[in-house]
Amino acid sequence: MAEIRIEHVRKEFGSFIAVQDSTLTIGDGTFFVMLGPSGCGKTTTLRMIAGLELPTSGRILLDGEDVTMRRAAARDIAFVFQMYALYPHMNVRRNIGFPLVCQGVGRAEVRRRVEETARLLRIDHLLDRPVSGLSGGDRQRVALGRAIVRRPKAFLMDEPLGALDTEFRHLMCGELRDLHDRLGATTVYVTHDQMEAMSMADRIAVMNHGIVEQVGPPQEIYDRPATMYVADFLGSPPMNFLTFEGAVRRGDRQVRPGGALVAVPELHEDRPPGPLALGVRPEHIRFADDAPLRGRVLGAEYMGTTQIVTVETAHGTVKARIPSGRDVRTGETVGLALRPDGLSLFDAATGRVLRSALHEPDHPDTRRAAEVRHG
Amino acid sequence: MSAPASAPGTWGTRLAALAVILYAVVTIAPLLWIVQTGFKTPSDAIAYPPKVFAEPSLEGYVNLFTTRSRQTEEYIAGLPPPDSWVERLVRSRNMVIAGPSKVGERFVNSLIVGFGSTFLAVFLGTLAAYAFSRFRVPLKDDLMFFILSTRMMPPIAVAIPIYLMYRELGLTDTHLGMILLYTAVNVSLAVWLLKGFIDEIPREYEEAALIDGYSRLAAFRKVVLPQAATGIAATAIFCLIFAWNEYAFAVLLTSGEAQTMPPFIPFIIGEGGQDWPAVAAATTLFLIPIVVFTVLLRKHLLRGITFGAVRR
Repeated sequence: MAEIRIEHVRKEFGSFIAVQDSTLTIGDGTFFVMLGPSGCGKTTTLRMIAGLELPTSGRILLDGEDVTMRRAAARDIAFVFQMYALYPHMNVRRNIGFPLVCQGVGRAEVRRRVEETARLLRIDHLLDRPVSGLSGGDRQRVALGRAIVRRPKAFLMDEPLGALDTEFRHLMCGELRDLHDRLGATTVYVTHDQMEAMSMADRIAVMNHGIVEQVGPPQEIYDRPATMYVADFLGSPPMNFLTFEGAVRRGDRQVRPGGALVAVPELHEDRPPGPLALGVRPEHIRFADDAPLRGRVLGAEYMGTTQIVTVETAHGTVKARIPSGRDVRTGETVGLALRPDGLSLFDAATGRVLRSALHEPDHPDTRRAAEVRHG
Repeated sequence: MSAPASAPGTWGTRLAALAVILYAVVTIAPLLWIVQTGFKTPSDAIAYPPKVFAEPSLEGYVNLFTTRSRQTEEYIAGLPPPDSWVERLVRSRNMVIAGPSKVGERFVNSLIVGFGSTFLAVFLGTLAAYAFSRFRVPLKDDLMFFILSTRMMPPIAVAIPIYLMYRELGLTDTHLGMILLYTAVNVSLAVWLLKGFIDEIPREYEEAALIDGYSRLAAFRKVVLPQAATGIAATAIFCLIFAWNEYAFAVLLTSGEAQTMPPFIPFIIGEGGQDWPAVAAATTLFLIPIVVFTVLLRKHLLRGITFGAVRR
């Protein structure tokens, strides 16, 4: 079991920069998810940790030991590929046992450990079958078995559930998390699917264009996005942005998109006049007739217990998640009340969030404000 | 329920089957004629109108494997009685056996040159194709085009320079010379074919092996080669067929020691011209190895030709 640390790692493919100066620490026993769209550098980062690619610059440390230039076989890391990469000319037993045979483990020991692993994954009845006839889920389990059997320092998984259908993916998410908890091994998991990331991760790194935008536990990333990109990437539908021109000062507790006054968490920095974006999650919007922010309903999607209502405002289109009991008519004008403690204010030019009580709950300003409030 | 267009029994399929059968007849008939001619007597072989059914005779094969000299009837009558059916057959034509012919050596030459060059071309081709498929080779596309461009002219266009070069190097009429020549011609085909096959093997397989503890070479041997077997077999067949059948260079560069079957067969001369049954017999024997090789690898060949055409 191991801590993985990557320091200022950069990877170029010719003139294409896949990863720019990434620094991450993945704690021992953490289920760490790298999340981002395709081409964001998450798989390249994973492959550099595995030793399948060498970084252009930077260092990779395993348990404090520099392994940057060490070949894959010498890193004691297991890798699970999206397309499973099961050797088609071997049966299940030989596939799982392959890493042990490579290491020169004795035949009886290989047999014992393969069977133990197969029992753990509940595929012991498939051991003598060829891999070609297996279902997607069973193939995935065999691929996991091949990773687990060596008891490596860490597991690296590259979209391992990407090829499964949605329903089965949910099931495997649960199994993977279970397995992680039982083995307690450090796991680095790459995906573009936010549901997988949110449901399994201890920590998530959101990546975009080779840059790590934010690292943190799932809830922190969802509730307190550091950039507009992260806010937009997570959530379904994603965070709404109300764009407007304005200036804010440290200590402000409200902003003015247009004429409407909207309460926000206390701001901790000044910003000269410029484009701003007020970020609000769909579930933080309520319809209130007396709310100053008004808009026209464009349509509604029924989702069961809730409905997603699209409203056109002077500052952009927003999607609100409201109870499906509320009768909504297309074309009606509604007032939008925003829950103040969930709002993030972004500098729309740079995409970065402005520091506020929401993002810095431990900041002295925040504490003082709380003392004043509570008296 | 309506039958799909390709269901057996529809007109389309019957027509297609008919076309296939016709094509098979057109291609197989000359071969059957050659095989049959091998079992005719020289006079039946050149009879006009052609004899479709003739008394079978092994004279062609006897003539192929022996050299004979014509003798007077008195001389033959004075010899001790023939000790085999071969000798009896030869004496009935007023001849005696002078010794074995060179066909055995020529056949062995063909085997050495054909299989030797095929092995070399496929071996080098596999390594090159693997490198082109997996590594960032500088000027990769240009190199691949250059390799292909060696096939853009007929090889015989460079026959004269090669002849002069070989004479200087002492490679004319040697096994090594012929193997090198056919390898050089085949290796470009092998690289291109095999690169296609290796491209189709997901690189995750080797990467998995690399992570599991194999070196690059071991991963190549234990993981890539078994999966490329189909492609290697198909490529080997194509290379062997070329080397086996090649005529022009063989005529030019070999005369004795290293002469292969193709230049040997047409010059099997009997009395008063071409000995057609012997030529046909040689051709029949010449076909056998390639037929056996192809039949042994036919599953791979079929998959090889359709490789990549079907999404698995």
